[in-house]
Amino acid sequence: MFRRLGMRRALIVALACMPAAIAQADPFVYCSEASPEGFNPSLFIANTTFDASSRNGFNRLVEFERGSTKLRPALAESWTVSPDGLVYTFTLRRDVAFHTSKTFTPSRPMNADDVLYTFLRQWDPNHRDHKLSGGSYEYFNSMDMPKLIKAIEKVDAHTVRFVLTQPEAPFLANLAMDFASIMSAEYADAMHAAGTLEKIDQEPIGTGPFQLVSYQKDAIIRYKAHPAYWEGKAPIEQLIFSITPDAAVAYAKLRAGECQLIPYPNQADLDAMRRDPALRVMSQEGLNVGYLAFNTEKKPFDDVRVRRALNMAIDRDAIIEAVYLGHGRRAKNPIPPTLWSYNDAVEDYPYDPVAAKKLLAEAGLGKGFETDLWALPVKRPYNPDGRRMAEMIQADWRKIGVTAKIVSYEFGEYLKRTKNGEHQTMLFGWTGDNGDPDNFLYVLLSCEGAKGGANRARWCNAEFDDLVTRAKRTPNLSERTQLYEQAQVVFKREAPWVTIAHSVVSTSMRKDVANYRIDPFGGHLFYGVDLAP
Amino acid sequence: MLTIVLKRLALLLPTLIGVTFLAFLLIHLMPGDPIEMLMPERGIDPARHAQLRAELGLDRPLLVQYVRYLGDLATGDLGRSIVTKKPVLEEFATVFPATLELSLAAITLAVLFGVPIGVLAALNRGGPFDYAAMSVSLTGYSMPIFWWGLLLILLFSVQLGWTPVSGRIGVIHDVPPTTGLLLVDSLLEGDGAAFASAAHHLVLPALVLATIPLATVARMTRSSMLEVLNADYIRTARAKGLSPLRVVGLHALRNALIPVVTVVGLAVGVLLAGAILTETVFSWPGVGKWLVDAVSRRDFPVLRGGILLVASTVIAVNLFVDLLYGLLDPRIRRAA
Repeated sequence: MFRRLGMRRALIVALACMPAAIAQADPFVYCSEASPEGFNPSLFIANTTFDASSRNGFNRLVEFERGSTKLRPALAESWTVSPDGLVYTFTLRRDVAFHTSKTFTPSRPMNADDVLYTFLRQWDPNHRDHKLSGGSYEYFNSMDMPKLIKAIEKVDAHTVRFVLTQPEAPFLANLAMDFASIMSAEYADAMHAAGTLEKIDQEPIGTGPFQLVSYQKDAIIRYKAHPAYWEGKAPIEQLIFSITPDAAVAYAKLRAGECQLIPYPNQADLDAMRRDPALRVMSQEGLNVGYLAFNTEKKPFDDVRVRRALNMAIDRDAIIEAVYLGHGRRAKNPIPPTLWSYNDAVEDYPYDPVAAKKLLAEAGLGKGFETDLWALPVKRPYNPDGRRMAEMIQADWRKIGVTAKIVSYEFGEYLKRTKNGEHQTMLFGWTGDNGDPDNFLYVLLSCEGAKGGANRARWCNAEFDDLVTRAKRTPNLSERTQLYEQAQVVFKREAPWVTIAHSVVSTSMRKDVANYRIDPFGGHLFYGVDLAP
Repeated sequence: MLTIVLKRLALLLPTLIGVTFLAFLLIHLMPGDPIEMLMPERGIDPARHAQLRAELGLDRPLLVQYVRYLGDLATGDLGRSIVTKKPVLEEFATVFPATLELSLAAITLAVLFGVPIGVLAALNRGGPFDYAAMSVSLTGYSMPIFWWGLLLILLFSVQLGWTPVSGRIGVIHDVPPTTGLLLVDSLLEGDGAAFASAAHHLVLPALVLATIPLATVARMTRSSMLEVLNADYIRTARAKGLSPLRVVGLHALRNALIPVVTVVGLAVGVLLAGAILTETVFSWPGVGKWLVDAVSRRDFPVLRGGILLVASTVIAVNLFVDLLYGLLDPRIRRAA
């Protein structure tokens, strides 16, 4: 009898709790797609990690305006650049409070010591904390910051100076990237004193709008609004990342009201989401490009006529319909249209198999030829289905007599072999890091990029290289814009790639989510977001 | 009994060394470079690449790497994740309780329902219940778990709103992890609402995960019971005038359970090794998902350490099953 009553009571409690568990709407629940690698953004590289750390819990000296690639002052209220472009001097805000946690209460606002700690830790191999948590600062390294920075100096408590080894116009945009999130030097000292070094990176103390409360791997991350946030307390009091790796399950949770926003909906579900009166879908062209690179060091792709012919043979509109399911825009330039200096006057290659065949004949390949075509083995933000895309290109090229053999490797192997130039043609893509055209044009298409492997076309054109290198060195924006516009003309003329598409990025949310903006960098930022009553 | 235990324990060390060797070899035979995966599109500067390889010890011959790994293991060091930089053991300790809780719930369901269904089917051999039970169990056995899980979510969570879609507990409950088993931790905290929420979240994933073991247990119990029911000692028991309940419950079922225990033991091993599909569908933060993530990121230390820890768990379960045989069957005890 007692057992029966106990069971019944448990059932009653369970039933009573059901609505509370399902329909609670107080915290803002974001169904994130994976666990973060950690909480110190300078140590990691994944978007998921940045969402969970830098983008909601930290600030940088300069930041991108919400929903844009335009820079704005953040922890630095102003800055000056010397006429030679070598010295950047930042004046810091004086009223910025760090988070307070169970183990740390800051005794002072953010100042120059924190900026120095942040950058010296990554830059100086002899810094006390350089080797902490593995000491691997891959983004800092890959943006060439170690070579670029000559000195970082504290002018006074609220002024910091960066001296560069050479003029570098994108430097400011680099400082808005996640790895440049400002950490607390005082917290690091306190953890050293307490002998709990690992907490510096695992229990972050930032200045951002949300403060980490707790984290359970692969399950949940809890944040609370930072009460003394320098831009004003966030409207959301509690922010929860409910980690939901499968997009179909995330959609089910969104429908059931278990989360308010999901990051990467399946493209096939978007139409149903748009029809659902309880949901809203926001879409925007991503800061990305999906492309096919010709290995210009190998015959016959060293001949521009062949590259142009193969460009004209591909029906990219069909690819956008079948591979991107319509959620993409045909690309004609290597940079997306949302980026400044995009040259809309560039004329794209038309889809014209007849003209393509003629051009091949002019190049002495009238009977066609055989090539390989490396298919991207994984889904990436700029290419949802590399295999399908490769099959469509293979079919298009067959029409002009070009026989392509599709090659596929595991992703790590694919990266390694294509970096070594083993391919003839390969599918790849890029997502922008800092909203600067240099981040596409120099990294992916310069002669330096060809040496390092990021330039998978292994294309080194003196005219193009001169334009993008000059644009990198001059601080004048209109001059840079002109140089990049010219570079895009050279790029199109020389056709080292087939520019395929800029994918459209979508986010789905419940109708009561207010003031959310899509981040062009693919991040998910919740400051300013609210739930309508 | 002690002999059984000692014999099994003597086999433990060579088995575990074998596991470390195989895991090490297979992982390093996998194509793909963990360092390339750190910055896929951008790539890593060749000098930095070489430096990272040296830091991870990947620049040494495989045998040297293996011997160093064994040396570290001897000191209890399973290494650190390349991705999160955290100790492998610490990561395992956070994901294992979730898998354990789900697996125990699933196995309990499978045994609670599978054994009675199997017994009833055997007793009604050729009858409508037998056909129905075996058809349903065959369907359950053949069910693609991913599809089945999504189907249940759509019905019970989205359409009817009876169960949560995924996760281990409602987001409003923040139970401090003491054992990592949320049902236990919520009770330790005296938080009835959190306990109810955790139990509520467990229902669908446990049901999905129990589907295949339940079908297997039901079918195995049936066939084993049919064999035992035809044995001479059952006929003798009946002839002695024992009640049918006593014949079935005491004499037949106990003997029929030995193969069932084997099946359950194997199932527990498989489930603990990671019910990856169920864990993915229900966003259940367990071992299976952890290991699959490590494969896709080529996180060698997690894979090596994770496989070793999972293998140790499976070996421990098998040892327990062997001991159960002894308890169930005196002949095995005596033979040992």
